[in-house]
Amino acid sequence: MNRPVFRKFAAAPHIVWAALFIAAPLAFVVYYAFTDEAGAFTLSNMSALVTSPNYRAIFLRSISYALIATVICLVIAYPVAYIISRSRVRAQSTMILLIMLPMWMNLLIRTYSWMVIIQDTGFLNGILSAVGLPNLHIINTPGAVILGMVYNYLPYMILPIYSVMVKIDNRLIEAAHDLGAGGVQVLFRVIFPLSISGVISGITMVFVPSISTFYISQKMGGGSYDMIGDAIERQFMNNYNYNLGASMSLVLMILILVCMAVMNRFSDEDTGGVIV
Amino acid sequence: MNKPGGGKIVELNHVSKAFDGDMVLDDISLDIHDDEFITLLGPSGCGKTTTLRIIGGFETADSGDVLFDGKKINDVPPHKRHINTVFQKYALFPHLNVYENVAFGLRIAKRPEDEIRKTVRAMLRTVNLKSFERRHIDSLSGGQQQRVAIARALVNKPRVLLLDEPLGALDLKLRKDMQKELKNMQRETGITFIYVTHDQEEALSMSDTVVVMADGKIQQIGTPEHIYNEPVNAFVADFIGESNILDGVMVEDYTVTFAGQTFRCEDAGFGKNEPVDVVVRPEDIDIVPVEQSMLTGEVTSVTFKGDYYEIIVDIDHFKWLIETTDRQSVGETIGISIDPYEIQVMKKSVYSGKYGDYSSFSDEMDTISDANAEQGK
Amino acid sequence: MKILSKICMGLLYFFLYMPIAVLVLFSFNSGRSTGVFEGFSLYWYKELFHNGDALNALCNTLIVAFLSAAAATLIGTAAAAGIYKFRGRFFRGALLNLTNVPMMNPDIVTGVSMMLLFVFVGRAVGASTSLNFFTLLIAHITFNLPYVILSVLPKFRQMDKNLPEAALDLGCTPLQAFFKVEIPQIMPGIFTGFVMAITLSIDDFVISHFTTSGFQTLPLLIYSMTKRTVKPDMYALSTLIFVTILLLMILSNIPSILEDRKKKYKGVNR
Repeated sequence: MNRPVFRKFAAAPHIVWAALFIAAPLAFVVYYAFTDEAGAFTLSNMSALVTSPNYRAIFLRSISYALIATVICLVIAYPVAYIISRSRVRAQSTMILLIMLPMWMNLLIRTYSWMVIIQDTGFLNGILSAVGLPNLHIINTPGAVILGMVYNYLPYMILPIYSVMVKIDNRLIEAAHDLGAGGVQVLFRVIFPLSISGVISGITMVFVPSISTFYISQKMGGGSYDMIGDAIERQFMNNYNYNLGASMSLVLMILILVCMAVMNRFSDEDTGGVIV
Repeated sequence: MNKPGGGKIVELNHVSKAFDGDMVLDDISLDIHDDEFITLLGPSGCGKTTTLRIIGGFETADSGDVLFDGKKINDVPPHKRHINTVFQKYALFPHLNVYENVAFGLRIAKRPEDEIRKTVRAMLRTVNLKSFERRHIDSLSGGQQQRVAIARALVNKPRVLLLDEPLGALDLKLRKDMQKELKNMQRETGITFIYVTHDQEEALSMSDTVVVMADGKIQQIGTPEHIYNEPVNAFVADFIGESNILDGVMVEDYTVTFAGQTFRCEDAGFGKNEPVDVVVRPEDIDIVPVEQSMLTGEVTSVTFKGDYYEIIVDIDHFKWLIETTDRQSVGETIGISIDPYEIQVMKKSVYSGKYGDYSSFSDEMDTISDANAEQGK
Repeated sequence: MKILSKICMGLLYFFLYMPIAVLVLFSFNSGRSTGVFEGFSLYWYKELFHNGDALNALCNTLIVAFLSAAAATLIGTAAAAGIYKFRGRFFRGALLNLTNVPMMNPDIVTGVSMMLLFVFVGRAVGASTSLNFFTLLIAHITFNLPYVILSVLPKFRQMDKNLPEAALDLGCTPLQAFFKVEIPQIMPGIFTGFVMAITLSIDDFVISHFTTSGFQTLPLLIYSMTKRTVKPDMYALSTLIFVTILLLMILSNIPSILEDRKKKYKGVNR
């Protein structure tokens, strides 16, 4: 069959667009990361990141906060996804809708509303004072930053795990029961191995925005707990040191790529098909 | 009634079950014996799969008792029953390979590793999958998956094996082979097989006992020969094999009238002049010269079936199906004769008048293609 | 077990909705405090409508969302139509990977990378400011594209391959076959892609933050409001946004709820 000519060129606008606005910007990140103000090649931006204890601390903090938030999300989301996936079909869509609904609010608003609650003079302390309990200092602590991440990104963990779990054929669970497995054994030997792919995508969907956030750490951490995102934003919006900002972005990108590669490796091994 | 010496292993006593107000099982009572191959046979929606799921523990009966070895097991969860299931479409674990699928139940039972290895290997040899241990489930053909499913269930040495339309997804040739293999396995292992199917041929050729079900009720229980030769009502007669079912009147013992004629028969014990259904199997009708015949009619269609012809004869506006080895031609007037022992007289039932006339296509093909819909419940 | 799961779900929903409830509550506060509720008033709503910033930003947001979604849907659907026919696996894979970069990358990296491009080009042509409405629009189209392609391409793959061939067989030109047979088949995917693009565009803050200046969208306005000491007019704005979303959700679900009812009704009377 002769292929229609227009078909060959249908993708052309997109190819041009992707080259101009996806590939070229990435090239610019690399270019700026390895040049100085005058456009001459330099490694000083990259070496600044490695040598400065301040930046090392920022990177370490970003990784650890994002990891903690991801783990908390997983711990909450897994049972929730399981409960929803085993509910009546009619109830499931409502339950999922209710989880998605807050996500339709802008992240800025969602984060800010937590600030309103946990500020020193905020809603929570207002209530605590009213009932005569001592006030809590939560805002501007690492815990507050992690709370912000968990609150904002929890649905991203629940949804992929749920969508994998709901596809698990109920007969597989019945078959496991039939072969003598009790509830806990079914969970560990059948449901968990079959939902690994959902867990993996949930982890990436929470980890990536968490590690790169700047708004959550600004508002919930009060500027005392800078993350990579804060550092990048400052270079671009305040210090106008694009070269340093680009080098940080490059490192962040590589960091995430490495994390994802490790995760995928992990998930591939798990489909090897052996019960441990 | 058969298999003397085999004690009762599973008993259903007055079991009923409804889904959303729809009565799916209506007062089912059934005894299943040790070492028996019993088949629940019926069209989709007759309740056969539900019966199986109640025995397996995946559904609980609304009322009535399920007994295993004489003990009530209504509330025993599936994983604590000495019963294993071969599921419809197999339900093999996609995250495990063939070996691990078969080993699953043994691992749950915490058997020592070397015993597991020995048993699983032996079982895979039995089902001819010796070299498939490391293969992934997705890479197997339907027939191979089916054998893994059987191996996975049998390796646990259950007292009773439940099979839910296990051959439904296979093509005809493979199905025939697997029927033989299953029957052999049952004989060799001595495990009670409870088999669910909508395919009457499968049921007749494999089973010791056939349970014909319709509309949530058991219609008839018996050996395949018994069911075929002495159907109790129009439904059974129609569902098992082909049959001409006519309205008749039992004039007295051994005498019945139908199609405007009086016939000798071998049935007795009906009331005087009781209306009955009369069954005559198409292969039991003899074509004779018109002058020697009991009934005469015009041939309206002839279909060549290979080793015989299937002809439809209009006798007094009732279309008879007759199987014969002699070629007849359409439009010809022929005579037929029926021997007394070929006439089966049945009591009138709710199914009277619904089946048995060949003036149009039967619905049987639809029933078969709907078979999987039942699983949705 | 049943009760335990109900408690779990209850706690989850409390966690998810409590902040929103507090926000809504304080949008009706008569005082400025965000910790003590002093009395009910609609003052902050009046205040919000008094300064035209919010309305202006809303208008801008919708313009950008609609234009970027339309452009991304057009380019993306055409791209999917082409990619679906590509034979070279390598080129196809490379193109799809490149397309997905804005989806996989953190928003901040996408944002700054485009900013670098715009600033570089701006400096090269000697413009005084290099970031404006058009750079924002380009950025939005770019991050919408992968989502459109992601929802359209599978529809092409699911389509019966004989359909366009049947159209050709019945005398359609390839172009007619595409518009009369293929497009109707993939329409649900196009629609999903378009709606997704609109919502992503309305919601985006991070990428917009780096790719425009002087042109204010709703998220950018909220950002600037939360930079200063916040007055409850921000809560009023957020409440209005939430109520709008809620209404849209309910409205879009009414047809399916009615459908369910109908089915149930029929089921009973079967």
